Amino acid sequence: MLQTTFVKSIGLCVLFVLVACLIYCSLAMGQLSISFRAVWDVMNHYNAEDTEHLVIATSRFARAMIALVLGMTLAVAGVLVQALTRNPIAAPDLVGVNAGAIFFIVLAITWLNIQSLAGYMWFGFLGAALSGTAVFLLSSWGRDGLTPIKIILAGTALSALFISFTQGLLVIDEQSIQTVLFWIAGSIAGRDLEMLLSVLPILCAALFISLLLGKSMNVFSSGDDIAKGLGQRVGLLKILMGILIVILAGGSIAIAGSIGFIGLIIPHVSKKLVGTDYRWVIPYAALLGSLLLLCADIAARFIIMPQEVPIGVMTAIIGGPFFVYLVKRGVSKR
Amino acid sequence: MIGLQLQTEQLTLNYGEQHIIDNLSFEIPLHKITVLVGANGSGKSTLLRSMARLLKPSSGHVLLDDQSLQSISTKEIAKKLAILPQGPIAPEGLTVQQLVKQGRYPHQRWYQQWSGEDEHIVEQAMSATQLLLFKNRPLEQLSGGQRQRAWIAMTLAQETPILLLDEPTTYLDMAHQIELLDFLFELNRTKNRTIVMVLHDLNLACRYADHLVAIHNKTIATQGKPEHIVTSEMVQEVFGMAAIIHEDPFFGTPLCIPKGKGRRIK
Repeated sequence: MLQTTFVKSIGLCVLFVLVACLIYCSLAMGQLSISFRAVWDVMNHYNAEDTEHLVIATSRFARAMIALVLGMTLAVAGVLVQALTRNPIAAPDLVGVNAGAIFFIVLAITWLNIQSLAGYMWFGFLGAALSGTAVFLLSSWGRDGLTPIKIILAGTALSALFISFTQGLLVIDEQSIQTVLFWIAGSIAGRDLEMLLSVLPILCAALFISLLLGKSMNVFSSGDDIAKGLGQRVGLLKILMGILIVILAGGSIAIAGSIGFIGLIIPHVSKKLVGTDYRWVIPYAALLGSLLLLCADIAARFIIMPQEVPIGVMTAIIGGPFFVYLVKRGVSKR
Repeated sequence: MIGLQLQTEQLTLNYGEQHIIDNLSFEIPLHKITVLVGANGSGKSTLLRSMARLLKPSSGHVLLDDQSLQSISTKEIAKKLAILPQGPIAPEGLTVQQLVKQGRYPHQRWYQQWSGEDEHIVEQAMSATQLLLFKNRPLEQLSGGQRQRAWIAMTLAQETPILLLDEPTTYLDMAHQIELLDFLFELNRTKNRTIVMVLHDLNLACRYADHLVAIHNKTIATQGKPEHIVTSEMVQEVFGMAAIIHEDPFFGTPLCIPKGKGRRIK
């Protein structure tokens, strides 16, 4: 574990540099291998007639940026959801955002005949927001307010409901299964920069607010009673965290479908590195999330060339074994 | 430290539909140690929690210096009154120092930097609880007694005139119970802090309380100096148990010896 503030700051800088390097790799590597020099050229004097330049500008730059941002939002959403539910194996999809987004997208495909990815994105975002909000409303009902167990119950129940609705729609309209399946697997290929840009301001705002919550989350992590005793407005903090989770997780699902494991494992990696202090855990998680998603996206281009592995599968391939390792280490330590 | 009056006014507390405390008005004596006792489920913890605004009254008020707790901002309350709930759990890996630092939370604004004064108060709280040597240890590596002292150090760092503790001796062995209660007694006598706590052990309660409050039947059955109020009739009424009362050989406070059947059971 990194101990002092100085070492932690250095670590953060190292992560920054690594992320920057990976963005560079993400621009250069793939089916069409582009020399690092050429990538540099694109940034300095862009030439629209050069194929390499065109590939970078139209496809790879958007992918790299999407991986950068979604890695952050998924990882930070994971930190928030694990803190809010005080459950170390909670992931952002726990609050029903995935199932809600998928249902709305299937609805858009089957009933409203929407074809564009941007259209899916808005429907996905809407679905994620609606189901996430419903989960939080349901779980804050009753005397004790928002408790971890109620969030988990409401999230599971609502997810099950939306999944069965989705299956119902797909049985009626089999043709859309293909589109939906690809989307469910999660991918950041073929997305325009426009899609990211349209939700970027709200995602950035949510990330920024999350960074400011560090100190409050430290106090919150010792339990509701302790936090209230220390003068924290616990109810307000929970609502705020809920809203941030819905925006961060919903935004990423809307853009790229369901990309698993980042929200689950990155918070743990981050805590292993910097300890329990959320003022460090959150920025570390953000950068580690980008790191993992950029790696996964680059690897996804090579495994079954010339085809691409869906990135959701890629993060699972990397994340699954790692999570087993984490669990095993955690158990053997006791 | 200035005194602050804590009292309840026609306080009724519910758990679901059920009344736990019914129409109770009483006052916590200033600068004294008040101990709440009562049978399991009598509502003593519930009462303590409501006095720390962790539980909303169904009707009536808890007053802090004649102001209803609900009309004061929670952060303001946290500067005047600290609560240590029963069996608190810290996140894994949290060190003693990190925990104690959290006691400064109500005194800070979100943009504020950690000040030299904060640092000093945290050091003091850790030295008073004899935890300076362990300040960089994670809580889960400490003994039960040390861990409980760490939580108390956190409430000390809050620097409040009133300290509420819900069964602070739970899970501690006898020696650690005495050590902890001695520490709280000294804190009360040297720093003049008003202490209110729930204790299970009537004999320890009698030893350390200036003011003993027995909760029974949704209200206060009796209250006063332990020497004045603890009798075998009182124990029979409040705990539903036959007992004889002797004098504590060390302090002369009441010593309750339960009758029971013990070895007479055939």
